[in-house]
Amino acid sequence: MTPTQTRYVRTYLVVEIIIILVGLLFLAPFYFVLANAVKPFGAIIENAASFPETFYWQNFAEAWRVVQFPRVLMNSLIVTSFSIGGMVIMGAMAAWRMVRRPHWVSRSMFVLYVAAMVIPFQSVMIPMVKVASVLNMINTRYGVIMIYFGFGMPLTVFLLHGFVKSVPRELEESAYIDGCTTWQSFFRIVLPLLQTMVVTVIILQTLWIWNDFLLPLLVLFRRGLHTIPLGIFRFFGQYMDQWGGALATLTMGMVPIVAFFLSLQKYIISGVTSGSVKG
Amino acid sequence: MNATVGRGPTVRRYESTQGETVADRRRLQAAKDDLVFMGPGFLFFAVIVLISFVMGIFYSFTEWNGVNREPVWIGFQNYVTVFQGDSQAAVAAMFTLRFTVVSVIVSNVLAFFLAFALVLPLKSSRVMRTLIFLPNVIGGIILGFVWRFIFTNSIPTLGDISGIGLFNLPWLGTPGTGFWGSVIVFVWQRTGYLMVIYIAALVGIDEHLLEAARIDGASGAAILRRVIIPLVVPAITVCVFLALSWTTKMFDVIFSLTNGGPFGSTETFAMNIYFEAFQYNSYGLGSAKAVLFFIVVASISTAQVLITKRWEVEA
Repeated sequence: MTPTQTRYVRTYLVVEIIIILVGLLFLAPFYFVLANAVKPFGAIIENAASFPETFYWQNFAEAWRVVQFPRVLMNSLIVTSFSIGGMVIMGAMAAWRMVRRPHWVSRSMFVLYVAAMVIPFQSVMIPMVKVASVLNMINTRYGVIMIYFGFGMPLTVFLLHGFVKSVPRELEESAYIDGCTTWQSFFRIVLPLLQTMVVTVIILQTLWIWNDFLLPLLVLFRRGLHTIPLGIFRFFGQYMDQWGGALATLTMGMVPIVAFFLSLQKYIISGVTSGSVKG
Repeated sequence: MNATVGRGPTVRRYESTQGETVADRRRLQAAKDDLVFMGPGFLFFAVIVLISFVMGIFYSFTEWNGVNREPVWIGFQNYVTVFQGDSQAAVAAMFTLRFTVVSVIVSNVLAFFLAFALVLPLKSSRVMRTLIFLPNVIGGIILGFVWRFIFTNSIPTLGDISGIGLFNLPWLGTPGTGFWGSVIVFVWQRTGYLMVIYIAALVGIDEHLLEAARIDGASGAAILRRVIIPLVVPAITVCVFLALSWTTKMFDVIFSLTNGGPFGSTETFAMNIYFEAFQYNSYGLGSAKAVLFFIVVASISTAQVLITKRWEVEA
C-alpha cells in the first residue's frame, strides 16, 4: 500500500466518524419523542432525556381514542389519494395536449400555470376561502379535493409538459392512422410512456398534501373531516401540557408517512431530484 | 356526352362539399378534444387560484370585516396602514427576512458539505442519506411540536445533567432563542432535501475533469473552488430557490413551535397575514399584506434565479 492510499483511507475513516455523529444528531429528536412517548407524565417531568425504565403504553391508547386516529388517518388517505389521482390525470391530459397542439389558447394556459407557480398560498388564501364558501366547498371532502386540484395543477402541468416533449410523436401518429381516437391514444399509448414523471409528480404532491396544514385548517372545521395534521393540532389545543399523550400522538402521526418513505425511498429520492432539477 | 358533361361538375361538387365537412368535422373534433383535455384542470385552477388572486387585489383596496358585511372601497388606506400603523407587521417582516437569510445560507452550506462527504465511498453513506432526509417527509406541524417538547423539556434536562451552558438557555423563552430555535428546526428539517440534490449534482461531475485538474497540480481547495463549485451552480440555483420558497413562506413549523412567541417576536409574515385575516377578521388589511407578500416573494425568487443562472457554466 502506498502512503497516499493509507492517507486516503484514514481521511475516509475520519469523515465516516464525523458523518455518523451528524447522523445521530439528526436522529436525536426521534429518540426524545419515542423515549418519552412511553413514559408516564411524572417520569417525563423528572427526566425528559433518559431511556424509559418501564413502557407505559397507556399514552398510545388514550391518544388513539382522543385523536380518533383511524378516522383522521382515513381522511388523510382519502383527501391525498383523490386529490393526487385527479390532478395527475387532468394534468397529464392537459400537458400532452398543450405540447401537441401549440396554439394561442394552450400557450397562454401554460404561461398562466407557470406564472402562478410564484404565487404563495398565503397570498390567495383569504379570497380563496370566500370563493370556496360560495361554491359550497367548505367542510366537505370533495370540496377540499377540488381546491387541491386548483393549487396542484401548475406544478403537475409544468413537470409533465417538460417530459411530454421527450416522448416521440411517431407512436401516436401510427396509432392515429390505425384508427385510435385521441382519447384512446392518450390512455393506451401516451400515459404509460409518462410513467417516470407521473411517479415523480405523485411523490412530490404526496409530500405536500399529506403534510399540508394551513389549507385544511381554513376549509375543514368539522371534526369528523380532520386530516392527521389537523387532528394533531386540535389535540394540542386541548391537552397542551400532557406531554405523554401528546408525544404518543406525534408518533402515530409520523408512522404512516415514515413507513411510506422507507418502503419507497429509492423512488422518493430520485423523484425529489428529478422534480427539483426541472423546477 | 351530355350525361358525362353533366356528371363532371356534380362529382366535383360532391367531392368538395364532402372535403369541407370532413375538415370541418375534424376541426370541431380537435376543438372538442382541446376542451376535454385541457379544460377540466384549467377550470379548477382558474376558479381557485386565478379568481382568488384577482379578488385579493380588489379586497386589498377595501375595508371588509368578514362575510356578513360588504367590502367598502377605501383606496390605498390599507397599504398606508401596513407601512405606518402596523408595528407587528414590521416585526414579522423583519423576522422573516432575518430567518430567511440565515436559514438559506446555513442549510445550503451544511447540505453541500454533507453531500460532499456522502459521495465518498463511506460504509454508512446510504443509511446516513436516508436518515438525514427523513425529517422532510414529516409534516411541519408535527415537527414543530416535536421540537417544542425537546426545547422545553429534553434540553433543560440535558442541561441539568451536564451543566453545559448552551443547554441551560431559556430555549424559545426569549426572542433570541426563539429565532435560533426556529433556524435549528428549519435546518434540521430541510437540509436533507437540499443534500439529495447536491449529491445528484456531484455524482454527475465528469471524473475526467477532476483527473485533469489533479494532473495539472491543482490543490484540493483549488479543485473545489475552481472546478466543482462552478459545475454545481445549477444545483445551487435550484437549492437556493427551494430554500427561499420554504423560508419566505414559513408557516406551519413555527406555528406549532412557538406560535409566534414570545411577544410576537418569531411571527413570520405568512403567520401575520393569517392572524390579520382569520383571527382579527380584517380581511381588507390582510389582503393588502397578502398582495405585498406576493410582490416581495415573487420578485426575490425571480431575481435569485436570474442571478444564479448567470453563474452557470458549460462543462
